[in-house]
This record gives sequence, C-alpha cells and structure tokens, in this order.
Amino acid sequence: MEKSQYLEGVEKKDLFAHGHRACGGCGQALAARLVADAAGENTIACVATGCLEVFSSPYPDPSWRIPFLHSLFENAAAVASGVEAAYKALGKGPVNIIAQGGDGSTADIGFQSISGMFERGHNVLYVCYDNEAYMNTGVQRSSFTPLGARTTTTPTGNKTRKKNMPMIAADHGIPYVATATIDDFRDLQQKIKKALAIEGPKYIHILAPCPLGWGHHGELTVEVCRLAKDTGLFPIYEIVDGKVTNARKIPVKVPVEEYLKVQGRFKHLFKRGVPTEEVAEIQEIANQNIERFNL
Amino acid sequence: MLKQIEGSYAVAQVVAHCRPNVISAYPITPQTHIVEGLADLVGEGQLQAEFVNVESEFSAASVVLGASAAGARAYTATTSQGLLLMSEVIYCIAGMRLPIVLTCANRAISAPLSIWNDQQDSMAVRDAGWIQLHAEDNQEASDLHIQAFKIAEQTFLPTMVCMDGFILTHAFEPVDIPEQKEVDDFLPAFKPRHIVDPRWPRGIGLFADPRFYMETRYILHRALEKSEETIKEVSAEFARVFGRDSGGFIKTYKLEEADVAIVSMGSVVGTIKELIDQLEEEGKKVGLLQICSYRPFPRKEVYRALKDKMNIVVLEKCISLGRGGILASDIRWSFPRAEKRDRNISSFVAGLGGRNISIDDLRYMVEKVEKEPVEFEFLGLKKELIAERDM
Ligand SMILES: Cc1ncc(C[n+]2csc(CCOP(=O)(O)OP(=O)(O)O)c2C)c(N)n1
Ligand SMILES: [Mg+2]
Repeated sequence: MEKSQYLEGVEKKDLFAHGHRACGGCGQALAARLVADAAGENTIACVATGCLEVFSSPYPDPSWRIPFLHSLFENAAAVASGVEAAYKALGKGPVNIIAQGGDGSTADIGFQSISGMFERGHNVLYVCYDNEAYMNTGVQRSSFTPLGARTTTTPTGNKTRKKNMPMIAADHGIPYVATATIDDFRDLQQKIKKALAIEGPKYIHILAPCPLGWGHHGELTVEVCRLAKDTGLFPIYEIVDGKVTNARKIPVKVPVEEYLKVQGRFKHLFKRGVPTEEVAEIQEIANQNIERFNL
Repeated sequence: MLKQIEGSYAVAQVVAHCRPNVISAYPITPQTHIVEGLADLVGEGQLQAEFVNVESEFSAASVVLGASAAGARAYTATTSQGLLLMSEVIYCIAGMRLPIVLTCANRAISAPLSIWNDQQDSMAVRDAGWIQLHAEDNQEASDLHIQAFKIAEQTFLPTMVCMDGFILTHAFEPVDIPEQKEVDDFLPAFKPRHIVDPRWPRGIGLFADPRFYMETRYILHRALEKSEETIKEVSAEFARVFGRDSGGFIKTYKLEEADVAIVSMGSVVGTIKELIDQLEEEGKKVGLLQICSYRPFPRKEVYRALKDKMNIVVLEKCISLGRGGILASDIRWSFPRAEKRDRNISSFVAGLGGRNISIDDLRYMVEKVEKEPVEFEFLGLKKELIAERDM
C-alpha cells in the first residue's frame, strides 16, 4: 500500500507526542498518540501507573496536550468514574473521558475497578494497551501473557493461556467492545471515534508490542501486529450490544511460527530451528480463534 | 433546629447541607447509616448530587479523587478495614492536594475482627497528609463537617472528621442541625484551583523524580502546619455565627487548677469530665486537655496548656504495637527537651475493640498516677484471659 493512502483519514493533532521517553518502536506510545488524536481536544485522559504514565508524565514536562490525570496503578477506571460523576453533577460537558492502562492494570490489579465502572454504566471509554506483561517493572508475567512466552517471572515460558478481557467486558452488557492493533491506524481511530459516540461504558483492547519485552527489533513493531492478526492469535472484531461483528477476515493465513520466530520471548520454543510441542498448542489457539470468529 | 436524632443521620443531614456534588462510599459498620442517610436525601431529591455506589472502598476513594480533580465538592465516609483498603488512595489524595472530606466512624482493625470502636483506623493513616479532627459528641461531629469543608477548601488539604463508631454514630442525642441557608452563608461555593478540563489542558498526578519529590513533601508538611490558622479561624467564625464552640485545636476542662492533667480525644472525654466533677467534690483537682485537631498536631497549644503540669496522663484508644501509646508520644514530644525530666507523663491505652471505659477505670488510672508515673499500661485488661505461653 502507498504510504499516503495508508495515512488517509488518519487524525494527526499531536495531542500526545512531545518529548515522551518511550523506547524506540514502543507500540504503546504510538497507540496512545492515535487514541488521543482520534478523541480530539475535548478529552480527559485518566491514566494508570505503568510504562505509558512513566514515559509521558514526568514533572515538569508531560507529553500531553489534553488534560491528563494519574493517581495509582489499579484505579484508573474508578478515577474516570469520579470525573464523569463530577461532570454530571456540575452540569459540565459533554467531554470524552478515556481511562487508559496497561494489561497489568486492566487484567489484574485494576480488574475490579474496571468491572465496577462497566457495571455502573459510566460514560467512560476504557482503553487497554496490551503488551502482554508488566513492562514498567521489567517484563513480569501478567494474566495477558500468552502461552509459552518467556518473561522475567516465567523464565521457562508461561504455562497458561491469556485471559479473554474483551469477552469479559462484553459480558458486563456494555454497548461497545472492540479490539485493534497499531498496524491499522485508520481502523484503530475509527473504533475510538465510534466508541466515543456511544453513551455508556466502552472497552477497546489494543495490542501494543513492546520491543524490549518481546525481544523483537523496534522497526518490526507494526509488522509483529500484522502477524498477530494474520496468524489468528489476535483477532480483530467489534462487539456491539453483545453481538460480535466486523470480525476482520484474514487475507492469507500465516502459521504461528512466523509470529513466534521474530520474537525473543518465544525463542525457547524452537530447538535448533525446530518447533517444540508448545508451538502446536499455540497454533491450536490460533485455529480456535479462526473458527470462533470466522476469520 | 434541635432534633433528637441518631448521630449518623445528623451527620448525613449536615453533609447534605454542605451540598457535596459527588458522594461515593462503600458500606461498612458502623459507617452505614451515614451513607444510607445521604442516599435517602439524594433519592428524595433533597440533595442534588451524584451518589456513586462503588464496589469497594478503594474505588470510593478513587471516585472522590477523580471528582475532586474535576472540580466537584466530594465526600466519602468509611471506617476500619475500609479506611485501610483506601489507604493508598488516602495518601494520593493528600499528595494531590484535593480538598475531600471523609467521615471516619472510628472502629477497631482486624484480626481478630471487631466492629466495635477504637481509634486505630484513623491513626493508621495519620501520616498521610490529611487534617484529622476528632469529635467529642454528636453536636460537634455534625458541626465539624461544616467546618471541615471550609477548612479543606481553604487549605487544599483533605480533611477527616473522626467520630467514635457506635458510641457516637449510633447514639441518639439532641443535635442542632443548622438550616440550609445558615450553612450556605457559612460555607461558600467550592472554588477549585487546578482541575482537569479540556479548556485548560494540564497534567495532574505527574511523577516526580528525586529532583522534585522531597519538596512536595515539605510543602505538604508546611501546609498542614499552616492549616492551624485556618482551623482556628473557621472554628472561631463558627462560634460567632452559630453560638457554640466546636472544633478548633484543643479544649480544656478545669485544667488551670488541676494537679493531674488527663489528655485524650474523642467521645471518652465525656466520661473523663464526669470523673473530674466527681473528684472535685472529693477535693481532688483533676483537669482535661482535649485534642480536637490531631493532625496538624497542636504542639504549641499542648505545651502552653500543660507547661505547669507535672503530672500528666494520656489516655488513648490506639496503640503502636511494639512501641506503646501514640498520642502519648506526641504529648511527650510537645515539651522542649530540657523540660521533660522532672515531668511525669503517663501513658494508658484503653477501650480497644469496644471495651467499655468506665468511670471506675478512669478513677483507678488517676489514683495510680497520683502515686507514681506509669510508663505504659493497658487499662481494663482481663488478666484471666491472658496466658504467658501466648506471648
Ligand atoms: C499497588 C502497586 N503495585 C505494584 C506497582 C508496581 N508497578 C508499577 S507499573 C507496574 C506494571 C505495569 O504493567 P502494565 O499495567 O501491563 O503496564 P505496562 O507498563 O506494561 O505498560 C507495576 C507492577 C504499583 N505501582 N502499585
Ligand atoms: Mg503491560
């Protein structure tokens, strides 16, 4: 695809960009920027502790040009609920309120507060930047760490499958859930805009590779996302009012090996280039996704 | 208007008269009647506020944090395990200088589980950067809430009103609840300082590296020390407007002439005053120094009030395990070093987990310190329940 065509319709307002301290090739930094630019100026970001917060909000020079509120690791959704309640009570707004956090703050420590925010029906969009581990503290396992992945607390490879947060979110009965990755700017931004136009709680799950933690070259971040999609390991879909729609068809299905091989965290799954049994198990996860979502 | 009313409902009505925009709380005994009362007032439309029913105290504190950062007057109430669960957010609220008001219906802490009163909970967060005011009775508890919003919003320091669980929260007493108009005249609308608002994009809650962190602590510490003036002014203004003394820094009772000075805080001062009157009739001069503002700590006032007292006894419902009395060490610290030697400051802990503190207990305490100073003692301990092998 031509570059110009690829960027067509993509909002670029630099609402999040300036001088952040993310690593080269950081998927989360790119995602956060796409989210902020899609949401526009009339937005409040409530961000959880984690890489994003640390690389974007050192005193005295944060990288945000929209209001930014951070308090703790596990309460972004509750803080956003409070901001929303204040706007209602004071008769202010409308305003976009976006709670944002990593997979750790979403799937693990902040899980309860997100569930509460969904269940109470706040008009808040929750965006999860999923880099499949606790990156800020040095690549420890989270409950979004995929099967087989090596982290500093799963040195022999992770033994469990990833928690399925989009489905858990949808089961709260919220009106909009979507998955996205940073290899498709337009799709990601359209989903943000679509979500913000809907009243009530929304959840968007963005795959955001971390070159440092995943062990791939920084310039491959976008390519890794493409492989995650085309293997079926990270299905792209929306759930509108409880129904799965717009599942992205995979043009040419790719074996999971292609995805695993470019990342250091899966290196131990290949013995002298030969895939071990775990690779077959991971292929099985991809196959299940392909079948389930008719990818 | 004077009403015979349960303490919790008095507080609920007064808080409603303070017109909080956002209320968020999670039920825990003995705080429940306060938030149920507020939920009713919101439900009946008497109070225009967002009442956010959260899934935990952690979220209750986080909701009021977010609301306050967005410019709302925000209120929550809790106790015991709830306050401990909040504690991470409690520190954050103070660090972010959000003028939230919280009622702590003081209760003991697990384990073992106890729903009954002591003051270990608010003590556990005494260093977090909040103003902590202790109520003696339900009139003061309700008055302190009106003052708390004013103090918090003038100083940008979160303010905790502590009232003894059950003893006050569930006691029926006549309470004068000011009219809405009177509260409106006393308490101006909240003028927030820094808020999240797209019209003025700014970051709140940035992280501070070692070049900056320490100054934030210094500033918070100084702000707490300086809030002394505001606490006193607001209490004095309250007395002028409403015609009764509530709050302030310290209060005294028959202290000037006293040979023995008892220091304490919270509802137990009622029993202490009764004892003082009894002992007076018997020809003994005992007086009381009551701590109203525990944080900031009224060191200068304490010193001034007690500098001529050679026999002081501190009675408190909390303990620093492995160390002893908490208030007692604050009191001991209030005297310049050189003066400490010849002064007896005894320390008693009592009433933990709701153990009744009787007048006889207090009489025993006074009689004991009249004979000799007491380094540290549990008052009203049942020796028959204690075996050496357990310790
Ligand atoms: C209560 C608490 N526990 C632990 C931490 C330490 N901590 C800070 S960020 C973080 C990991 C963040 O992981 P994630 O949410 O996935 O975000 P990422 O950094 O990977 O983007 C941890 C464990 C903390 N700040 N607070
Ligand atoms: Mg992560």
